[in-house]
Amino acid sequence: MTDNNIKVKPALIAQDFASNQEPKWCPGCGDHAVLQQIKNTLPELGVAPENIVFISGIGCSSRLPYYMATYGVHGIHGRALPMATGLKIARPDLSVWVATGDGDALSIGGNHFIHTLRRNPDLNVILFNNEIYGLTKGQYSPTSKLGQRTVTSPSGVIDYPFNPASLAIGSGGSFFARAFDRDGKFLRSILLRAALHKGTSLVEIYQNCPIFNNDAFDAIANPGNKAENTIYLEQDKPLVFGKDNNKGIRLDGFKPVVVELNKENVSADDLWIHNEEDINKASILARFADTQFDSDEFLPRPIGVLYAENRITYEDALTEQISDAQKNKAGTLAELLKGDNAYIIQ
Amino acid sequence: MIDTKTTSKAVNVTSKACVSVLFAGDSGDGMQLTGTQFANTVAIRGSELNTFPNFPSEIRAPAGTIAGVSGFQLQFGSKPVYTPGAFFDVMIAMNSAALKANLKNLHRGGIIIASTDGFDAKNLRLAGYPEGVNPLEDGSLSNYIVFPIPVQQLTREALKDSGLTSREVDRCKNMFILGLLYWLYNLPIDGTVEMLQTKFKKKPLIAEANIKAVKTGYFFGDETEIFEGIGRFDIPPQKQHGVYRRVTGNEACAIALAAAAKKSGLELFLGSYPITPATEILQTLAKMKKWGVKTFQAEDEIAGIVSSIGAAFGGALAATNTSGPGLALKTEALGLAVMMEIPLVVINVQRGGPSTGLPTKPEQSDLFMAMYGRHGEAPLPVIAASSPVDCFYTTYEAARIAIEHMTPVLCLSDGYLALSSEPWKVEIPENLAEIKPHLQPARKPEDPPYLPYKRDDRQVRSWAVPGTKGLEHRLGGLEKQHEVGTVSHDPDNHELMTRIRAEKIALIADTIPLQNLDNGPEKGDLLVLGWGSSYGAIKTAVNQAIEKGYSVAHAHLRYINPFPKNLGNILANYKCVMIPENNYGQLIHIIRDKFLIEPIGFSKVKGLPFNEMEILAKITDLIKELQ
Repeated sequence: MTDNNIKVKPALIAQDFASNQEPKWCPGCGDHAVLQQIKNTLPELGVAPENIVFISGIGCSSRLPYYMATYGVHGIHGRALPMATGLKIARPDLSVWVATGDGDALSIGGNHFIHTLRRNPDLNVILFNNEIYGLTKGQYSPTSKLGQRTVTSPSGVIDYPFNPASLAIGSGGSFFARAFDRDGKFLRSILLRAALHKGTSLVEIYQNCPIFNNDAFDAIANPGNKAENTIYLEQDKPLVFGKDNNKGIRLDGFKPVVVELNKENVSADDLWIHNEEDINKASILARFADTQFDSDEFLPRPIGVLYAENRITYEDALTEQISDAQKNKAGTLAELLKGDNAYIIQ
Repeated sequence: MIDTKTTSKAVNVTSKACVSVLFAGDSGDGMQLTGTQFANTVAIRGSELNTFPNFPSEIRAPAGTIAGVSGFQLQFGSKPVYTPGAFFDVMIAMNSAALKANLKNLHRGGIIIASTDGFDAKNLRLAGYPEGVNPLEDGSLSNYIVFPIPVQQLTREALKDSGLTSREVDRCKNMFILGLLYWLYNLPIDGTVEMLQTKFKKKPLIAEANIKAVKTGYFFGDETEIFEGIGRFDIPPQKQHGVYRRVTGNEACAIALAAAAKKSGLELFLGSYPITPATEILQTLAKMKKWGVKTFQAEDEIAGIVSSIGAAFGGALAATNTSGPGLALKTEALGLAVMMEIPLVVINVQRGGPSTGLPTKPEQSDLFMAMYGRHGEAPLPVIAASSPVDCFYTTYEAARIAIEHMTPVLCLSDGYLALSSEPWKVEIPENLAEIKPHLQPARKPEDPPYLPYKRDDRQVRSWAVPGTKGLEHRLGGLEKQHEVGTVSHDPDNHELMTRIRAEKIALIADTIPLQNLDNGPEKGDLLVLGWGSSYGAIKTAVNQAIEKGYSVAHAHLRYINPFPKNLGNILANYKCVMIPENNYGQLIHIIRDKFLIEPIGFSKVKGLPFNEMEILAKITDLIKELQ
């Protein structure tokens, strides 16, 4: 459970977390599905709506707090994470969530992104990655693909894209998971995992923008190819994928290779066993996303929890220092005003 | 401990009302420590005091050069002192660069105590004196009383058996000088001896050597005959009895924030990024964990203020501190705080600008940015501190206004106030103004819906803190529907909300004190209208002008937005209003705009505070013109 002890009875349902505002996202936008799964997840946490806060920056996905019947702030572009950090430091008792996008978190808010992850305040960060700027109508983002033609890259994107998983793990993040917007039940399980993780949980959601970047994830996610092009991670289980679960990943030294089971004398016992606590393996898994879909080097896209580490949160470390300073007794206002070097003139 | 009273032989002791001293040397010579110790000693004895350190922006500028000179100036006296002194009476020059850099500010006839080893050929060359020229020997200082003393040699001799390396021995030179000054001003050395014992508790040899250097300097004054001509000086202490502490402006700001949190029953959160000359506020608060203070050293200026907005949303007394370049980065977030209508204290410790400008030097050039430096119509209260001690009261007032009026407040200080110090008669908690947060109580399901932007008669909305049942609401940068608080793009609503936000700030004028006259007649020829750190210089100059029989008054603004309600009436009572500013003229525009009068500006943009002589000269000129 989260650090919040305030339980609600009788149990709440998803609808209890819906505000009276109609979502204004485009029809077919992946954000609708994510919002629904967030509302589905929250009742499972047993945290009262008044103890939950959604913070966001600017962008399509950052409208999310308006649609929640919790406390919320729709802040300024790129700055959701420091706002959430300040709130969590001031109020460790609250369950603090962040809705952010690939532009908000990785471009204008890039500095906050890396520093928040290394500090590890207990936040649940949902990164809506649609690989495009939607609200400003279709400019390329830091996760847009090389060569992608957009209104600001008419000849194709020449910015090498960020790999959010590698960036997060490299920044000292303690939790990284990935899911698809349309994977309802699975997404919900990932959001629940993120909520229960104590520390900054980053969930990258591949979210479709039907208007400006439709089917950006189709190559790996359309029902026809999904099984061949994705790999769903399960703790302590071998990395198996494919339509008939007949493929796996084996580590050849540090190099992951795709092998076919029941051929070449390979069995499931020879495969990479997923261990989300292993940062080295997580770093290699994160790099799978760098392989090109249409190349021989292609590795299936890992979906699920790539990395989870138990590490003290920023607010707990600070609270510890304060308790330590107040071990004997907390300072009074009179002592504060007098200070250590007061002197008396007779 | 030595009894300095009985060891001194009978030399002539002259009583003086007030003295200004400059300790100047290379930035590695320990002048800040020496000056601070001297200041502590005179403060504890009960003198009035004002100090000002002056050091290069580089941590270690090239040794021996003018750029590397570090100074610590103080004025102490039997009567109130408001500045470190326009000119100093005594100058300690640890090397020739220190002399060259500061001689122009030494009173004619003033005393120079020169450490002769800092005047060797190499030092003279580094200071830029022509080949073969030594000011101590060429008669160029004949207008001053010069005491060349081989400080290094005397310190080395005294410490030859100390067991320290020659480098460590030479680092004790400043303590020799300190001891000599104690002798010259008839001051006890015990406080410094105690400090050295504490500071070097784990290095007894160093402690012993430093103490010996202090004593050697002290006895040198006794034994040498060179001071017989001038004798010793005594500045009788005058302070009223009471408990005091010496504070710098930055310390005072930090204490005020923590005190306002205690008094209002809130927790203090400071989100901050280090920047000269504001950093000590963060450093001081970081040490206040015993009082539950939470400080957050953010990754940048923006995260500093935005984290504070998050904390304020969570119900903390939230603050951020910065200097010009940082305030520029915070302006977008300030707009958000204006829109969210949450309490936030922003302390801007001004420095020379634009850009990196003069990072260690004071200026008052961020007033326009404080008043207008935001996109959109985004008014907020602006208040300014006038002295190191006033930094406490002004910051406390900033917190009161922020909390009681649900608004970000810009509190202006500057590099001069930040690092200057003066004795502060310690406040008692009961004397501090009450601060009452507008916390919205929990709502029952049968109660009407909570309206986040519903206001009281001062246009102040309530503070609904997460965790409070039934008040769940969403704030943000988008324009909000009047009272209801949902997003609104309605044209009339935007105009209404813009007007209300402006009115809310204007109505603060009802809760702040009327402007008072600091000094001088209620009607007359000239009003000197100041704001910020020029207080001491104006105060001293106007005092002197009044003594000369001029019809001059002084009013000093703490509240710049909104102005006190009676300010217009005060301005109308004088033939002429003069506005001295450490900028190219900013308050003067605001006064002209608001009151349609034509004040006389007096600008100084040298990275240096005003001194009383400059202001007095300007007053004298203006009075002559008016007659």
